[in-house]
Amino acid sequence: MPALWLWQHGPVTWPHVLVMILGAIVTLAVTLGVVTYTIYAERKVIGWMQGRIGPNRVGPFGLLQSFADIFKLLIKEDIVPEKADRSLFLLAPIIAFVPSFMTLAVIPFTMRHIFTADFGVGLLYYLALSAITIHGVMLGGWASNNKYALIGGMRSAAQMLSYEVPLGMSLVGVALMSGSLNLNHIVLAQSRTVWYVVPQIVGFCVFLVAATAELNRTPFDLPEAESELVAGYHVEYTGFRFAFFMLTEYVYVFAMGCLAATLFLGGWSGPFLPGWLWFAIKVFAFIFFQFWLRATMPRIRVDQLMSFSWKVLLPIAMLNLVGTAIVTTLW
Amino acid sequence: MGSTWSTDLYLFIFLLLGLLLPIGALWGLGPLLRPSRPSKAKQTTYESGAEPIGDAHVRYNVRYYLFALLFVVFDVETVFFYPWAVANHILGKFGLLEMVLFIVLLAIGLLYAWRKKVLEWN
Repeated sequence: MPALWLWQHGPVTWPHVLVMILGAIVTLAVTLGVVTYTIYAERKVIGWMQGRIGPNRVGPFGLLQSFADIFKLLIKEDIVPEKADRSLFLLAPIIAFVPSFMTLAVIPFTMRHIFTADFGVGLLYYLALSAITIHGVMLGGWASNNKYALIGGMRSAAQMLSYEVPLGMSLVGVALMSGSLNLNHIVLAQSRTVWYVVPQIVGFCVFLVAATAELNRTPFDLPEAESELVAGYHVEYTGFRFAFFMLTEYVYVFAMGCLAATLFLGGWSGPFLPGWLWFAIKVFAFIFFQFWLRATMPRIRVDQLMSFSWKVLLPIAMLNLVGTAIVTTLW
Repeated sequence: MGSTWSTDLYLFIFLLLGLLLPIGALWGLGPLLRPSRPSKAKQTTYESGAEPIGDAHVRYNVRYYLFALLFVVFDVETVFFYPWAVANHILGKFGLLEMVLFIVLLAIGLLYAWRKKVLEWN
């Protein structure tokens, strides 16, 4: 039986395939569970921060609130506007969701990598897939044939494109230090030396800001600014199609937390506690930080948003890259 | 260690499962649970309750196009950094010098865009 868990390097046999399918299903189940309770925790934590109670009606302490919401969305009518581009309208949530789940295949959740593909270009794979989601968002906004949705979709695309560049560049420092793009190797390198948040503190700050913007979360939540755009790119979406756009956003919050933990906070490495628990603590710290920001910050203006990425983050990321390169090559 | 067959297969399983969930929920489970009573009023475009005017498939602000162009330039540059970052310990000082030159050229491009006020949003 233990040999079955070593599906990574052996030849592909049917039992191995079965283990892989099980691994993918477990990852999906864990992700959906985390997303469900992230939404609950977000409402609860922000409620406390604002001196409210938060959801407390469905189940003890409101713990079943998110399940009730999901079920409600599932039984709502699926409306396709008459003027919408029907096929693209139906396809957009899927294009947005699939890459968000696929990114989780390369995340090293545990020390043994049972649920992790040992993928040589894991970091690049993550960045490439997360960029595909922008297509889903933009297609959804355009296919709705609604002015709010179009503006929201365009803003989303412009914002995600602009922040993709500093995000990608801030991660090159990590690749330089570890000499690998394989996320498993990056964590191993950190467990031998030091968590990269220490030597790469500048890169980490750039990453944190750019990641918040990529996730369209406060203070960068312009694409979904309720008070200006109604809801942004998903105005016309109802029921479960809307749910898949929301699911995508929260899967990315989880995935980005995983990426932050893996690249900068040492992944599963840490004393005393088991690896998966360390990983969970670090991911939750990232997610909590997002809640905290949302409860604290106002939304920034659109002109500040774009120039901040290109005039502040990008030069800092480039300087960090040059500095890291010089230090790692000459020492 | 490069990726093996089993790695690729694992990623492919993730793709299939990722497709299965929305397709199963939207076309499999969904129609059994949700009502379908379309009407003319329901299917109009939402414009805060007012009668929708015109179409949303219009020519759009050129600003977005400029940012898209900038993105293509800088993102491709970023992608070039990755293979270099991995091979840096082999390439040594020569590779470093080449890459610093590359970054300086990039920075000049950014400064040019800055001076031409492409980075302003108005």
